[in-house]
Amino acid sequence: MSTAHQHQPSPPASPPEAAGPPASETFLNGLWKENPVFVQVLGTCPTMAITNSVRNALAMSVAVIFVLVCSNALVSLVRKTTPKEVRIAVFILIIATFVTVVDYAVKAVSIPIYQAMGPFIALIVVNCIILARAEAFAYKNGVFRSILDGFGMGFGFSIALLFMGSIREILGAGTLLGYPLFGANYQPWVIFLLPSGGFFTFAFWLLIFAWWRERKDKRAKATRPEAGQLEAAPQ
Amino acid sequence: MTASVQALTAEKPSSSLYIIGVLSIVSTICGIIIVFAYTSTALPIARNLAIITNEAVSQVVPGGQQNTIFAIQPGGEIKPVTGVGGSDPKLFAVYDGAGKLLGVAIEAAGSGYADLVSVMYAYSPERQAIIGFKLIDAKETPGLGDKIGTDPNFLANFNELEAKPANPGLAHPIQTVKHATKANPWEIDGISGATVSSNAVGRIINESAQKMVPLIERNLDQIRKGAS
Repeated sequence: MSTAHQHQPSPPASPPEAAGPPASETFLNGLWKENPVFVQVLGTCPTMAITNSVRNALAMSVAVIFVLVCSNALVSLVRKTTPKEVRIAVFILIIATFVTVVDYAVKAVSIPIYQAMGPFIALIVVNCIILARAEAFAYKNGVFRSILDGFGMGFGFSIALLFMGSIREILGAGTLLGYPLFGANYQPWVIFLLPSGGFFTFAFWLLIFAWWRERKDKRAKATRPEAGQLEAAPQ
Repeated sequence: MTASVQALTAEKPSSSLYIIGVLSIVSTICGIIIVFAYTSTALPIARNLAIITNEAVSQVVPGGQQNTIFAIQPGGEIKPVTGVGGSDPKLFAVYDGAGKLLGVAIEAAGSGYADLVSVMYAYSPERQAIIGFKLIDAKETPGLGDKIGTDPNFLANFNELEAKPANPGLAHPIQTVKHATKANPWEIDGISGATVSSNAVGRIINESAQKMVPLIERNLDQIRKGAS
């Protein structure tokens, strides 16, 4: 599933450095407007696999933020010396390095979390959010902006994982972060812990995001009176 | 930015020597980062592994005061070792305060319904039976297969599960039977609704015990003596 992501279209290219959007926008883009999971629909494999509890979602978020920020920074540092023929090889080398670091670090922090995340730590290497940011942003922008972009996209990914994880854990196990919410009589909807429940939850959030964007577009149109009047005038 | 745009659009390909040079330098930097991460986490990782294993051992053989770890050599001999590291399979002998052997904990793994199921079980040479079981890691279906780690009726099977050594292997193979049809002391009463997972536990323990129980009996004097 993860390798298939690489065939997905690249995310919309970020504005060039020279155009100079405020730094805060670089950061905020990833959080909401260009959310990597709910808007760009990238990295869905870990999103489905790891979000059956909030704790796993948090651990995965920290791991991905670390890899994303470090790889963006290093890619940006070496971007001027890296020949374009081998840039993807260099990106993958850099990403794999930081994934290895995370792999050791998670094992050093907690073995149960490491076991719960299974193969998905190693699979961060092929998480297309990270490669996409290296190619679409860090290779074309300075170190500071690349780090900001890494944090923005990383937090965007985390928000998505937490949205997914909390719904699935609350409905599927009746707990949040392991604490029971509904008392002993609650019969959990186990399906939410299974992959099919992941797809249901994902579809639900995509629907919410699509609805929100549509509503925003309609409002934007409605508040553009000149355009509306110009069209209305000939009638 | 202008420089990098020019670099991207330049027609002239980079020379092989330059490409090799860049790749070598980036690889070296990455190598240094990995080595640094490995050396700084090796100790905490070993400590965490030891804690996890110790907890599991004390759960399958309760009441122990001291442990000795034996690594199983390819020839079937055993050798006391100090840590849980290394690739040799291990036996965890548990003794009470007076140094009397209470049981031997053994790790085993095999395929379950969803993925690898790893378990730890304890064998008591004195009772010639399996006296404890703990699910270490499994990805069985939540609510169904994962009961193999929590169902009290299922876990009660392992309070005294006959594992009489014979030559070779066990006198009776350990197996999981359908729920409520257990007739012999070497049978595991399965879980209805978790047939594949509970059968897997029986198979994993049987495969492991067929080899390990005779091996423990062969080396029993050394295990009783402990590390000394």
